[in-house]
Amino acid sequence: MIGISAYGGYIPRMRMQRAEIAKANAWLNPSLRGQAKGERSLANWDEDCVTMAVEAARDCLAGLGGAEVDGLYFASTSMPFADRLNAGIVAGALSLSEQIAAFDLGSCQRVGLSALSAALTAVEAGRQKTALVASAERRTGPAGSVAEISRGDAAAALVVSRDRVIAEYLGSVVQTVDFVDHYRAAGADFDYDWEERWVREEGYLKIVPPVLKRLLVEQGVSAEEVSHFIFPSPGNTAAALAKTLKINPEAVTDNLQARCGDSGPVHPLLMLSHVLETAQPGQLILVAAFGQGCEAMLLRVTEEVANFRPQRGVSGYLEQGVEESQYMKLLVFNRLVPYDKGMRAEFDRKAIISLMHRKRDFLEGFVGGKCEACGTVQIPRTRSCVGCGAFDTQQPHAFADDLGTVMSCSSDFLAYTVDPPHTMGIVQFASGGRMIMDMTDVRSGEIEVGASVRLVFRIKDYDDQRNFRRYFWKAMPALTSSNS
Amino acid sequence: MANGIKDKVVILGMGCAKFGERWDMSGEDLMVEAYQEALQDAGIETKDIDAAWLASAFEQINVGKSALPMSTALRLQNIPITRVENFCASGTDAFRGAVYAVASGACDIALAVGVEKLKDSGYGGLPPNPQGALWFESGPNSSAPANFAQIAAGYRAKYGIDADTLKRALAHVSVKSHANGAKNPKAHLQKVVTEEQVLKAPMIANPLGLFDCCGVSDGAAVAIVTTPEIARRLGKTDLIAVKALQLAGSNGFEASSTGWDLSYFLTTRAAATRAYAEAGISKPRDELSMIEVHDCFSITELVTMEDLFISSDGGAVRDIMDGFYDADGKIPCQIDGGLKCFGHPIGASGIRMIYEMYLQLQGRAGDRQLANPTLGLTHNLGGSPYLNVAAISIIGPLGR
Repeated sequence: MIGISAYGGYIPRMRMQRAEIAKANAWLNPSLRGQAKGERSLANWDEDCVTMAVEAARDCLAGLGGAEVDGLYFASTSMPFADRLNAGIVAGALSLSEQIAAFDLGSCQRVGLSALSAALTAVEAGRQKTALVASAERRTGPAGSVAEISRGDAAAALVVSRDRVIAEYLGSVVQTVDFVDHYRAAGADFDYDWEERWVREEGYLKIVPPVLKRLLVEQGVSAEEVSHFIFPSPGNTAAALAKTLKINPEAVTDNLQARCGDSGPVHPLLMLSHVLETAQPGQLILVAAFGQGCEAMLLRVTEEVANFRPQRGVSGYLEQGVEESQYMKLLVFNRLVPYDKGMRAEFDRKAIISLMHRKRDFLEGFVGGKCEACGTVQIPRTRSCVGCGAFDTQQPHAFADDLGTVMSCSSDFLAYTVDPPHTMGIVQFASGGRMIMDMTDVRSGEIEVGASVRLVFRIKDYDDQRNFRRYFWKAMPALTSSNS
Repeated sequence: MANGIKDKVVILGMGCAKFGERWDMSGEDLMVEAYQEALQDAGIETKDIDAAWLASAFEQINVGKSALPMSTALRLQNIPITRVENFCASGTDAFRGAVYAVASGACDIALAVGVEKLKDSGYGGLPPNPQGALWFESGPNSSAPANFAQIAAGYRAKYGIDADTLKRALAHVSVKSHANGAKNPKAHLQKVVTEEQVLKAPMIANPLGLFDCCGVSDGAAVAIVTTPEIARRLGKTDLIAVKALQLAGSNGFEASSTGWDLSYFLTTRAAATRAYAEAGISKPRDELSMIEVHDCFSITELVTMEDLFISSDGGAVRDIMDGFYDADGKIPCQIDGGLKCFGHPIGASGIRMIYEMYLQLQGRAGDRQLANPTLGLTHNLGGSPYLNVAAISIIGPLGR
């Protein structure tokens, strides 16, 4: 049996209230009032598709670790680098083996599901045993646009293998047709969208049904047998398709529009991950994605589903959201408006790439050391032990999944940050050692001495002069989840 | 311990520029201002100086690297020159270089100069000061006040002091220094402030408000040192001698291990212990007449009162509120205004502290003169609470 053996997701903490977006843009685009319900997820200024993919993968790999992963499929249309393997950064942050195959996949709204399909193909062919699929998007649109109000930032991750399969892969079909509902030219900031009726009538309703029918026929499954129909699309499109295909209306899956927004290529995997949290053994899941044609896949839930929980899961992240009403944050965090950063922002941030490489276990993987002579745990790992002074006695010690306790902290109004005040402090780790660290995703009053924090891989800063961004680990409030 | 520095070296002359926003002066000009005063005080000429040390911390907007800016500005005569950079403790370290050179017999007369030109940056506060490549890639994005605010959190947690009580004690620290600075014509800030003003000031890095932070100033200070014999030969009497001179540097213990509780400065305690032994002081609370400490932030001063073993552990808040460190208290602290009001041109500060002790011991401190001081201690700290260099000097009349 081959299929999905682990799942996870990630939704950034901030939830921009759509009413605030509509209000700020009412003079410009009064029709946004029609979409002023609910909230959209908004990634912090220090998140991009790489950092979000890392979080979703950690959620998915909870308990498993990454040691068995031998393939990584990373799907996004908002990759920070056009030529530097973005999946390589994800792999480094997850401390995956350097022996793995890793791929960046992009350019299409169905690429998340295509990545899952590619991973299944590779595992089926025996090329890999444990393939990690991650998809993430930072979704922007011009100020005042429908894209801006309806989309959301998110990530999802799945593990494909032959072991402990939760959702058995039954088959998939794909149709590729150069249907342009929208496009984004290479290097362009935004999508160019054609009218919604064109997309719905000629796209969704004409291209998708034959593909889904073909899959069901090939698998010898009747539409009524489908328990979960996952098809990310606006409004009642999925329901209309279900009706056409005679799929039960109850099978149509929540597209998370009210609490997250459309995360594009991530969305089929995000919804799938969400569905797997509550799916019952034997249920059939039909998941499809639209984009220059359509890809559809049929999965059957197994008994193993009861034995897996992601660390927080999509529902855990949905619950951890905090309302955000400052529309300017959406513009600033998405780097859409010039604003007054102050002179302290002018400090040159040219990355030391050679050092990044030689210290990559620490800078990307947050690996420290443990002294074999005296047992002292420390980060960063150095040639001389902070406990006993012995040289070359430290073995690698992973810190990324440690919880930490805040020893001291301060809210800094002086240091430059995109989201002042900047919180930093000394964190003591559960397995020993401490570090003075930046903190992120902090709401007022959450970080005090004694507070519990967890570690997250984030953008350290941007070097706009050289189109580079540096990543490092930060602490954020641990936030207990209903899943944990 | 080796037999130490006590009474081996005396101060021949000192000078200090007016600290502040010296828009009309470059770093080189400020060195000259302090140097002229020191030369006149010492009664010597440039040709008499055998070796010189320069303390200066920042590079971006200052006099530049190496000791050459000093030898050029002062037209030193092709003598050995050394630049010292140990963050904010640079000044005391330069003084140490000059004192040790004289004590070793390698030099008859040595010069220590501290200078910093900070007001050419275009903004308030210090410029960024990365600590090497690995730090640049992994260190937090923090300002100096946020670094020192960590101590406030650790101190409160250890002694169970509520935020308001600590904030009020910190306010008293600053109110006291402003009162002292108001009497000092060379101080950057010469205004009295009230506790209410301090408490209501804008927050810089929680819990440190504007008045909890020292002035960012331009300035320079100079010391000329020699042996007691040479000083007497030059006609000097009532000599002021170095009693102790100690530095202590972190080794990563505070920052990386779990043994430090963030309520004190490990290095200050190490340096103070050695300095008291070197000076022959057993009861600092009874024996010291006055102190100038590194009050970069009010919390640093508060904690330092304990690290110098003057206040008991956890007892600094009470001593401060009791006025123990006020100008009319048992041990006046920052009688010249301190970093808080005299100002903090980084490289100059350590020597500026010694300058005030020297004036006080000679009875030349004007309106702020204390009655019959005998032993003065200076404490100069560079870095952050978790990674720093602490420098302590004790000076007093030769032979006492």
